[in-house]
Amino acid sequence: MSAQPLVLGIESSCDETGVGIVRGTELLTNTVSSSMDEHVRFGGVIPEIASRAHLEAFVPTLRAALDDAGVTLGEIDAIAVTAGPGLSGALMVGVSAAKALAVATGKPLYAINHLVAHVGVGVLGGTFPEGLPPNLGALLVSGGHTEILRVGDLAHDVELLGSTIDDAAGEAYDKTARILGLGYPGGPAIDRVARDGDPRAIRYPRGLSQPKYMGTAGEPGPHRYDWSFSGLKTAVARSVEQHEAAGLELPVADIAASFQEAVVDVITSKAVLACREHGITNLLLGGGVAANRRLRELAAERCGAAGITLTVPAPSLCTDNGAMVAALGAQIVLGGRRPSGITFGTDPSLPVTSIALPDRNHQ
Amino acid sequence: MLLLALDTSAAATVALLADDTVVGRFSSGDTRSHAEVLAPAIRQILADAGVTGADLDAIVAGVGPGPFTGLRAGLVTARTLSFVWDVPLHGVMSLDALALAAVAAGAVDAGSTFLVGTDARRGEVYWASYRAGGSQDMDVAGPPELLDGPHVGAAGTLPPGVPLVGRAASLYPSDVVGVPAFAAADPDAVSLGRAARSRILSDLPLLDTTPLYLRESDARVPGPRKRATA
Ligand SMILES: [Zn+2]
Repeated sequence: MSAQPLVLGIESSCDETGVGIVRGTELLTNTVSSSMDEHVRFGGVIPEIASRAHLEAFVPTLRAALDDAGVTLGEIDAIAVTAGPGLSGALMVGVSAAKALAVATGKPLYAINHLVAHVGVGVLGGTFPEGLPPNLGALLVSGGHTEILRVGDLAHDVELLGSTIDDAAGEAYDKTARILGLGYPGGPAIDRVARDGDPRAIRYPRGLSQPKYMGTAGEPGPHRYDWSFSGLKTAVARSVEQHEAAGLELPVADIAASFQEAVVDVITSKAVLACREHGITNLLLGGGVAANRRLRELAAERCGAAGITLTVPAPSLCTDNGAMVAALGAQIVLGGRRPSGITFGTDPSLPVTSIALPDRNHQ
Repeated sequence: MLLLALDTSAAATVALLADDTVVGRFSSGDTRSHAEVLAPAIRQILADAGVTGADLDAIVAGVGPGPFTGLRAGLVTARTLSFVWDVPLHGVMSLDALALAAVAAGAVDAGSTFLVGTDARRGEVYWASYRAGGSQDMDVAGPPELLDGPHVGAAGTLPPGVPLVGRAASLYPSDVVGVPAFAAADPDAVSLGRAARSRILSDLPLLDTTPLYLRESDARVPGPRKRATA
């Protein structure tokens, strides 16, 4: 193996079928096939539809990725695949495909954590030109997850500081967009409409912000760095009803702006709090919602005020993709970890402490 | 003719066939671990036989009908192996495997009509009707002829009084007339491979590997909003 391992990464945890290839920290291809269009009429990701799409997309995506990168399977040093967290049936397609690829090529296979891969993408594309910085944290916001992580060492030490206890932030956007009749996906739709609204028009709740959940730095409450978005959706629905009952025209822009402000306010305030209290001075913002204008704006503002350097990878590297899986895989190979073998199972709720699955046959 | 066959429409099963000889075979004990056990089984069978992917004449995959998640694990595996090894890939309806197994075992009469039924969960069965050839020897008679199906439905809706081969017989004994020796049988890769071989030798067409889901995704398009909090 050359000093920089050539790694092929496979991602299928939600609605993107991704195959990425990296050589160490150099991105060779980030090929993605999305089934998003098939979910539009349902207003959210339908797991069975996503799984069916993964089956149809896998080999064509693999072929396209190899062509785009100009490499052959014979040249690949290792294969990496998302083993979790994610949608069970969707994960099963990528993992089965990755194992078949490992059997057919004889290459070592690494089963890795999707959330940590969102951080691993930071080694690519000049995101951090000097390499991953010290005292690193990651705020991941997407349709499937909302987490704040402390990253000691990408291959060995990642800790979950907080996460949503119900809906993911992106899910809250989708549900609220549906209530407001703005279509799917909800994030861009609400962000667009919110530009013309007053974010202070309606005060929506900031979930889990009360003292009983927060506690203090010395005596943290049970949800100091956690989020909850299900109450927010209900609150939006209630204000829509109130306007309808009063026969008033719905102030869609104000509601969208106020909703977005509530989401972004509570995400960034808790994330920055977690950073301050865990010595995090570099924060990576990842996940599909990282493209959200207001989230980036407020995150930049609050990180700046707290002396935290905020970094946002390119949008194509923030949404789910195979390059991030390959990037983390390469770091794990360089970290000297053993491959995962081919007998591991998928884990829809894989914890971030499980960065790469151990080989069941060599423990 | 060296065939690697796999079927994941019920259990995860793999077989390596050299003409009619079974060189290696595997069957999982359950129907929910396909993504875990399938690839190791394939690797083991090929290694034990001293065969590489490039030696294969074709890969044969059971295209269902069967529970979706397991079915997909098998199909994406077969498609990926075929792509990497550059070996032809054929699909065979999974119920064909059971039909062939029953005829080869003499469990149904030559020339007779019979049903094949498997577990579709949710109180339903996947089923199809077949006519057995005039001989038990598939090389002479060809594979059983598919008359109708595949379908999915309640066991009580199947053509009455026709002998049924497959697990549906033990799941719904009061609705169907089970063939005792095959009342708990599931599609198996050995029979699937033989069904493919029989079709190739008889110059009959094979399928591609489009899965036979037979059911929609269950996704519902949300209706118009009545009350915002609904
Ligand atoms: Zn993700």
